[in-house]
Amino acid sequence: MELIKGRAWIFPDDVNTDVIYPGRYMSITDAEETPKYLFETVYPDFRSKAKPGDIIVAGKYFGCGSSREQAATAIRYFGIACVVAYSFARIFYRNAINLGLPIAVVPGIREHVEEGDEITVDLAQGKLKNLTTGKGLSFEPLPRFILDLINQGGLIPATRKKLGLG
Amino acid sequence: MGMTSPLTLTEKILAKKAGKDEVRAGEIVSAKVDVAMSHENARMVKKSFEKIGVEKVWDPDRIVIIFDHRVPAESERTALGQKELREFVKAQGIKNFYDINVGVCHQVLVEEGFSRPGILLVGTDSHTTTGGALGAFATGIGATEMAAVWATGELWLCVPETLKIVVNGKLPKGVYAKDIVLKVIGTIGADGADYKAMEYSGEAISGLSVASRMVISNLSMEAGAKVAFVVPDKVTEDYVKDRAKGPYEMLASDPDARYASEHTFDVSDLEPQLACPHQVDNVKGISEVAGKKIDQAVIGSCTNGRLEDLREAARVLKGRKVDPGVRLLVVPASWKIFKEALSEGIIETLVDTGAVLVNAGCGPCLGAHQGCLAPGEVAVTSTNRNFQGRMGSAEAFLYLASPATVAASAIEGKIADPRRYLEA
Ligand code: SF4
Repeated sequence: MELIKGRAWIFPDDVNTDVIYPGRYMSITDAEETPKYLFETVYPDFRSKAKPGDIIVAGKYFGCGSSREQAATAIRYFGIACVVAYSFARIFYRNAINLGLPIAVVPGIREHVEEGDEITVDLAQGKLKNLTTGKGLSFEPLPRFILDLINQGGLIPATRKKLGLG
Repeated sequence: MGMTSPLTLTEKILAKKAGKDEVRAGEIVSAKVDVAMSHENARMVKKSFEKIGVEKVWDPDRIVIIFDHRVPAESERTALGQKELREFVKAQGIKNFYDINVGVCHQVLVEEGFSRPGILLVGTDSHTTTGGALGAFATGIGATEMAAVWATGELWLCVPETLKIVVNGKLPKGVYAKDIVLKVIGTIGADGADYKAMEYSGEAISGLSVASRMVISNLSMEAGAKVAFVVPDKVTEDYVKDRAKGPYEMLASDPDARYASEHTFDVSDLEPQLACPHQVDNVKGISEVAGKKIDQAVIGSCTNGRLEDLREAARVLKGRKVDPGVRLLVVPASWKIFKEALSEGIIETLVDTGAVLVNAGCGPCLGAHQGCLAPGEVAVTSTNRNFQGRMGSAEAFLYLASPATVAASAIEGKIADPRRYLEA
């Protein structure tokens, strides 16, 4: 997997899926349409300020609450390059991986990154570097199996491959 | 085969489903699914399934589809979704399809014998953990991964560590499984079991009925649990042996199995508990909360809409009237329960007090179509989530409690202790 490089957006602890993707848009099932409502209620300017290729940096238990897949879908289809957090809620973590959205579990990350810093993430090596401050840190890389899934673009392409469909 | 070291119940089930001698917490396995359940959100699964591009599902007999979230359909959009799915199940030969007159998915899975000890059960709904009450490895998954299950029958899983929860003591009168599990969540927190399995044991748990055990496994999801077992025993086996749709295996953790941590509770002096707005782990005892004025009271859902719940509510309410300022909604978790409650006279008792009966299903629990709240209103409910906006307005306030506490509160028009209504 290539090195991920982007600008950081900082989020707090316990960002729940209602904050990421409001429940009133749950009936939308078209992936391309979901980014229109990303963070709408609580961070309404995120969509105008952030750009595809940016990186979300958050505290603990990112993606907690309801299991709606659209939370991960909206982030992925907005074009966020990676979500780095102290920890993730289980179903969000799975949904992200299955949708091919790169994520990294890096405890304490917020103490090393400020909003707008340029950072690089090497998922396979477990290395993160803050280019703005010049500091680097290591983290436990995700298991090989999960990296492969993300690399293949998620579970749908991986399943197609497994079934010999392309 | 050599001697294996002691394993948890989770490790035993996942090893079998992965076709291995043993697996360990932290390992990632590809496991074979026994039962794959979806509700109306099968529509999203179907979309992803079509993207994968296989014609037929891997095994129509292992797929279960249950309509419960919006029954009968509250809008044209839902009606269309339900229509599409009725056509889909026919085309795919899915016989385990339950339309709008059956009940809440998690109740139906247990009642119809799909949830069984030792199996791997997945559902596109977070409270699929309910099946853990019978010793199934039962967990919620996303729509995309369910599509892959429909296509291949397999799912990748990270073997979770286990939290051991021991509940000792004898439950006092007017205190129930709901109060136990609220106490546990209040203690370990909303992420206390994130990524982990929970395993409940102890005399207060083994004394519970299957219906009460389901409350424990259902609500444990709100502590982040991937799966929440009540260790299978004779009560479990008596319940499943005549209704099991397929083989099952009575498994338990080995005595020296490794747990992530262990928590012990004693419920002998426990008072009724409530989860206060707006978090399930914001748990307080009734003595702290009693007296808060309410507008609505709800008895139902996959957490607490079973026969024993309705029976207990009727005991509290019998011969009394719901406060004129309160709307009491009663939602049986299934039609079977509804019919049993009807023949026991429970429904009549409840309706005579002024309660409104709602079709078996999710009803007001998800704030989609029935019993929505206006801004500023307060409800006490036997459901499982009190997040902002869960039952209508984001400016309403939800208190979660046992059906008896809900019933007592409906009588008084304010949050009330049920124990004084249960004197012998
Ligand atoms: S009753 Fe409520 S918690 Fe249970 S499945 Fe329905 S919406 Fe979900």
